[in-house]
Amino acid sequence: MNDIEHHDYDVIVIGAGGAGLRAAIEAKQRGLRVALICKSLLGKAHTVMAEGGVAAAMGNVYEEDNWMVHFRDTMRGGKMLNHYRMAELHAKESPDRVHELEAWGALFDRTKDGKILQRDFGGHRYARLAHVGDRTGLELIRTLQQKAVSMDIDVFMECKVIRLLNGPDGSVTGAVAYWRPTGEFITFGSKAVVLATGGVGKSWKFTSNSWEGTGDGHAIAMWAGADLIDMECVQFHPTGMVWPLSVRGILVTEGVRGDGGVLRNSEGNRFMFDYTPDMFKAETADSEAEADRWYDDHTAGRRPPELLPRDEVARSINSEVKAGRGSPHGGVFLDIASRRSAEDIRKRLPSMYHQFMELAGVDITREAMEVGPTLHYIMGGVRVEPDSGSTSVPGLFAAGEVSGGMHGANRLGGNSLSDLLVFGRRAGMGAADYVEGGGGNDAKVDDLLVQHYMDEALEPFTREEGENPYTLQHDLQEMMQANVGIIRNGPELDEAIEQLEVLKERVQNIAVKGGRAYNPGWNLATDLPAMLTVSTCVALGARDRKESRGGQTREDFPKADPELGKVNFVQSQPSGGGFNGEIKIVPEPLPVMPDDLRAILEEAPK
Amino acid sequence: MSDVKMRIWRGDKDGGEFENYSLKPQEGEVVLDVIHRIQATEAPDLACRWNCKAGKCGSCSAEINGKPRLLCMTRMDQLPEGEEVTVTPMRAFPIIRDLVSDVSYNFEKARQVPAFLPPPRPEGGYRMSQADVERGQEFRQCIECFMCQDVCHVIRDHEENKTNYAGPRLFIRYAELEMHPLDTNDRRDLVRDKMGLGMCNITKCCTEVCPEHIKITDNAIIPLKERVVDADFDPVAWLGRKILRRTKRTPAEASVQPEA
Ligand SMILES: Cc1cc2nc3c(=O)[nH]c(=O)nc-3n(C[C@H](O)[C@H](O)[C@H](O)COP(=O)(O)OP(=O)(O)OC[C@H]3O[C@@H](n4cnc5c(N)ncnc54)[C@H](O)[C@@H]3O)c2cc1C
Ligand code: SF4
Ligand code: SF4
Ligand code: FES
Repeated sequence: MNDIEHHDYDVIVIGAGGAGLRAAIEAKQRGLRVALICKSLLGKAHTVMAEGGVAAAMGNVYEEDNWMVHFRDTMRGGKMLNHYRMAELHAKESPDRVHELEAWGALFDRTKDGKILQRDFGGHRYARLAHVGDRTGLELIRTLQQKAVSMDIDVFMECKVIRLLNGPDGSVTGAVAYWRPTGEFITFGSKAVVLATGGVGKSWKFTSNSWEGTGDGHAIAMWAGADLIDMECVQFHPTGMVWPLSVRGILVTEGVRGDGGVLRNSEGNRFMFDYTPDMFKAETADSEAEADRWYDDHTAGRRPPELLPRDEVARSINSEVKAGRGSPHGGVFLDIASRRSAEDIRKRLPSMYHQFMELAGVDITREAMEVGPTLHYIMGGVRVEPDSGSTSVPGLFAAGEVSGGMHGANRLGGNSLSDLLVFGRRAGMGAADYVEGGGGNDAKVDDLLVQHYMDEALEPFTREEGENPYTLQHDLQEMMQANVGIIRNGPELDEAIEQLEVLKERVQNIAVKGGRAYNPGWNLATDLPAMLTVSTCVALGARDRKESRGGQTREDFPKADPELGKVNFVQSQPSGGGFNGEIKIVPEPLPVMPDDLRAILEEAPK
Repeated sequence: MSDVKMRIWRGDKDGGEFENYSLKPQEGEVVLDVIHRIQATEAPDLACRWNCKAGKCGSCSAEINGKPRLLCMTRMDQLPEGEEVTVTPMRAFPIIRDLVSDVSYNFEKARQVPAFLPPPRPEGGYRMSQADVERGQEFRQCIECFMCQDVCHVIRDHEENKTNYAGPRLFIRYAELEMHPLDTNDRRDLVRDKMGLGMCNITKCCTEVCPEHIKITDNAIIPLKERVVDADFDPVAWLGRKILRRTKRTPAEASVQPEA
């Protein structure tokens, strides 16, 4: 019925960043009918913007490195809130996934003896990030894209999924989407669905994310019955551009610090020495001389405090600016010019050089950059079973930034790209196993439901007068930046939750102008319900986690609470209702870590 | 400062017209920022592509004052002051709406590239020297903005060529594979016979517009033309070069690893 374009597949993968591409490749290799769907053109997902590298304990630069050290770094960086099994699989499997990319044509930078070169990053004990200058994400996405295309996977680009479809038993049966170029609807019937839709950054004013980061996957998963965990844990990357205003939030890779760049305040001090938390004191340098020795030889000194995990560095910058020691445009200085030769900088950080030269008129080989925190990543997401990526909804799988658990309360740099590869593959396997086991065999698309979702999406066209979607988005961003920012407190979070209810009212009164074909105003109107749902989840989680841990910092509860360190906050919508539905939030105990893994964590750092 | 005056093409495949917008300038803005401000106020349905806003994704290609440029990397204060800024979609591709063009031609040509084919992974992994990977890395910087395709006269002025011409973006892809230390797939006949390498007459317009400063003609197309000739046209050169210079590797050759 409905006269709309329809396709049937064994597996549809929603999202064509690293996670989605890797999942699609895996399912296709199993001989299944696979479709890959994305909102932008193929190859333009956030993954393409990743700069610094992909973390994998290959031990090419420091032989001492191995999966156990990587596991330990990841768990400590995540403030122990991580799902231990995900951190374990990730640490064990990422070297194979990086080597696999090489077999598919990737060209990583090399060591002198011809192996893959690895660079230093915050929170990683050893130089661990395989990279290509500062455009690692481009290499990763292009390699996967070229592999997927060579396998003849069907790609639906500029096609936005608005809802997942459930069968009578609750299992997933497909999805409803529209083509952005024409505005026409399209439905997919599918035995299994892999979600790989990335992050949520666009709900904040200053973010490194693009227009795509509207949390669609988080929202449609919860609307379809899946659980979300740790949504309060969002990451502010310490170094985003702060000036000119129009580029505020755009990322400055951590690779700048990994390669020797240091942070200074307006008085010229390397202020990070004043902020080393107890947890990291034993392994962090306490003088500039010691820190500087470390760059050349990691055994000659302890690591510089500039390379503490991101949550620590971001909070420290915030404090310096608040104390009146910031840079002219409200950031701090990131200086690599005085520390490395111009030639080195241009070679190791070409796109940073380019970005500052063209956008800010700053030559980073001669002057310091001005940087400040920017919303970058969400650790929380769809709750998955680590080995297969399956969710609480039968037939629904998730991987990459949209899934939760892997990174705990704070993600280490470089651990996302490796996460995409490891768990993208596993979700592809999980979906293929499900289909091969007969799952989803009687999945049918419910036409009435489809009609309902289409009507909902078209509603803004029916109003003559109403809210401008851009104004609403702007108000949401201002509100989240002000009330659910890097430093939080109870009253502001309550205010945010109240404001979000008001915005939910307003979103039902949006009016859009023009036709359906390539209409960004309408497209945004269809993104806003998801943005409101995920924003609400972040605010609720932040309200209930009355402690400071990783990406969650409460000024009214400045310390970590050991009891809260034992729970995940799980959110769901038991009675449905889409973006207007009631959200239930409950603490649930973390999965229990086996003793052998616990022993790795307790070992004294070497 | 005086207002910025924008003249933006609005329309679809059935036609359209320029519309004028006038806004207060803001410090440090790029053309994309101005377009976003127009979207947020006067014209919420103004279509344009973008993602990274930092020259990394190649989404925002269009023509500014008739020249292909990335909207996100073109600062307003670098355009002639006080003059109107004209923005149009890339001309070589069919239009979808406003500044968005249908770039599927490029994706189709990418589908026709025979896959990378390395020898089996040796014990201890592949070894490649930095010098050897650097040649390919230059081409892999490509952000697929397709501006080189837009500006290449073989495509821009002759719609009919699209069936048998891959264009500069794909020529660098073929060159990259050709120069990849591990690849063993021979695509030289294909590039010559089906991808129209011979139609390129080295005008270098592609190199001039590349935002990644890839030397498309000098480092990819010209060497590729030489190798293609090696493979076929000139038996004497072919024989001579086969002996003197390494051309395409055999699987056995490709699996020889540089010394540790
Ligand atoms: C500027 C920047 C630099 C970074 N640098 C690093 C780094 O150096 N190392 C590192 O490890 N990590 C880095 N990260 C983080 C990392 O890049 C991302 O977390 C990761 O790429 C996310 O990958 P993904 O596959 O989960 O999703 P994404 O790459 O975000 O892709 C999401 C996909 O889902 C699609 N999609 C979303 N919603 C819908 C919908 N409704 N319908 C259809 N399709 C949809 C999108 O079109 C897209 O294809 C960086 C991130 C940014 C923004
Ligand atoms: S050099 Fe060749 S490929 Fe490049 S624009 Fe000229 S004709 Fe086209
Ligand atoms: S080669 Fe350069 S101009 Fe051509 S698509 Fe790639 S980045 Fe764009
Ligand atoms: S928006 Fe990515 S290149 Fe312009």
